[in-house]
Amino acid sequence: MIERPAAALITGFARLVTGVQARWIGCGPSSEQRIYYANHSSHGDFVLIWTVLPTALRACTRPVAARDYWDAGELRRFLIHRVFRGVLVDRGADPKAKDPLVPLIEALDQSDSLIIFPEGTRNTEEEMLPFKSGIYHLARQRPGVDLVPVWIENVGRVMPKGQVLPVPLLCSVNFGAPIRLQEREDKQAFLDRARLAIIELQRRA
Amino acid sequence: MTAQQQTLWLLAGTAGVLVFATLVGQGLRWRFAARGQGDNPVIANLNARIYAWWVMVGLMGAAFVFGKTGVIVLYGLASFFALREFITLTPTRRGDHVALLVSFFIVLPGQYLLVASEQYGMFAIFIPVYAFLILPILQALSSDTNHFLERSAKVQWGLMIAVYCISHVPALLLLHISGYEGRNVLLIAFLIIVVQMSDVLQYVWGKLFGRRKIAPELSPSKTVEGFVGGVLTASALGGALWWITPFSVWEAAGMAVIICIMGFLGGLVMSAIKRDRGVKDWGHMIEGHGGMLDRLDSVCFAAPIFFHVTRYFYTA
Repeated sequence: MIERPAAALITGFARLVTGVQARWIGCGPSSEQRIYYANHSSHGDFVLIWTVLPTALRACTRPVAARDYWDAGELRRFLIHRVFRGVLVDRGADPKAKDPLVPLIEALDQSDSLIIFPEGTRNTEEEMLPFKSGIYHLARQRPGVDLVPVWIENVGRVMPKGQVLPVPLLCSVNFGAPIRLQEREDKQAFLDRARLAIIELQRRA
Repeated sequence: MTAQQQTLWLLAGTAGVLVFATLVGQGLRWRFAARGQGDNPVIANLNARIYAWWVMVGLMGAAFVFGKTGVIVLYGLASFFALREFITLTPTRRGDHVALLVSFFIVLPGQYLLVASEQYGMFAIFIPVYAFLILPILQALSSDTNHFLERSAKVQWGLMIAVYCISHVPALLLLHISGYEGRNVLLIAFLIIVVQMSDVLQYVWGKLFGRRKIAPELSPSKTVEGFVGGVLTASALGGALWWITPFSVWEAAGMAVIICIMGFLGGLVMSAIKRDRGVKDWGHMIEGHGGMLDRLDSVCFAAPIFFHVTRYFYTA
């Protein structure tokens, strides 16, 4: 019951602070299943993507987030599970113990869309970090899903890593043309291509 | 006439001008469509601008109804949006975070609270003295020395333009002009009407007769013909509005000349900043106009001068 007003409060606040604008450059909003992958500089990142998605899409688009951060504390748990319906992954868990991508694949098989941050951690530099290989394995295991590059502008300045209060600055969320893993494309080539797609958006924005 | 009657006349007159503009805009659209030329971008932009004017005049009218509080809240919000646009276009670093938080959440509301509590002395020095000294201290304490002078200068500039200058509009309520008590809100109306009509008339004269560009590297749309025609007609309009001011006809026209010229030059300065940052508009919150600062750039430069000229010559 309280989830909807909580969601409205969060998106309303995000809009008030950042006046966030969606720019659909390479594709339009669509109910097709997608994996949105974006640059990562702040906890506000997926909130902004989530805010600019049309309400119908928001309901079936789930952010992938780190369990160690979001499962700490009652409020965070409520937000990530009930409001954002996030998919939590274990960071730094022993990779041999359990494939960390299992919950993501499960979500995709329930025809949910995902929001992922392939840099793996919040980036404090100007330039994007190299991508972790998770996005490649997702693309290989579910080759029928479009991967949409997303460049989030300015949000790292709104709430830099380590800060609690946001400075109100205008932000935009730029959606590029979807990509897919091509036949015989190897891991590094795909990761580079995916990263370049965001850098290209950044250049145009 | 009482102040209330004058306000009503003013609103009726403004609504009349807007109705006329709307008819012209729609007429032009209809004529172009009838000739099969479809949607002309200049006319579509013109109509978007006229529509935005209805909204802006409506907001101003509503603020006037609520009196002093309404005006202060309206311009406080305008300052917030303007500062947000300014800082967005200004590269700041992580070390500026605290200074920016203080600017947005302490300095900005503080400045408008000083207007509300009628503390003229503090209002005049709060940003130029206190914010000027304390913000760079906060930035220095972050121990990031990269581009330090540049960064602190930009935060200062943002506050001066978007907060200090704009706050001089509601500060007109603080002036005690003998024989004009209780009417100060009309002084705001005078300033805003002259400044904005000067912009509009420069645009109209420029679109109709503009040939020689006045500052091509700053603002490609500003022409000598637009400037001269706009300033002359807006100043005449200012003179014709003398009955809502404490000025005589000629004084009102003279004030309007000062307002128009400061507004025009302010527009040029703000354009120079936009060109330097490589953008055309400050933002996109006002359909057809761009951002808040695109609409208020001339007010920023005209308001403090109008305030102080009036204060110097007309208050005891």
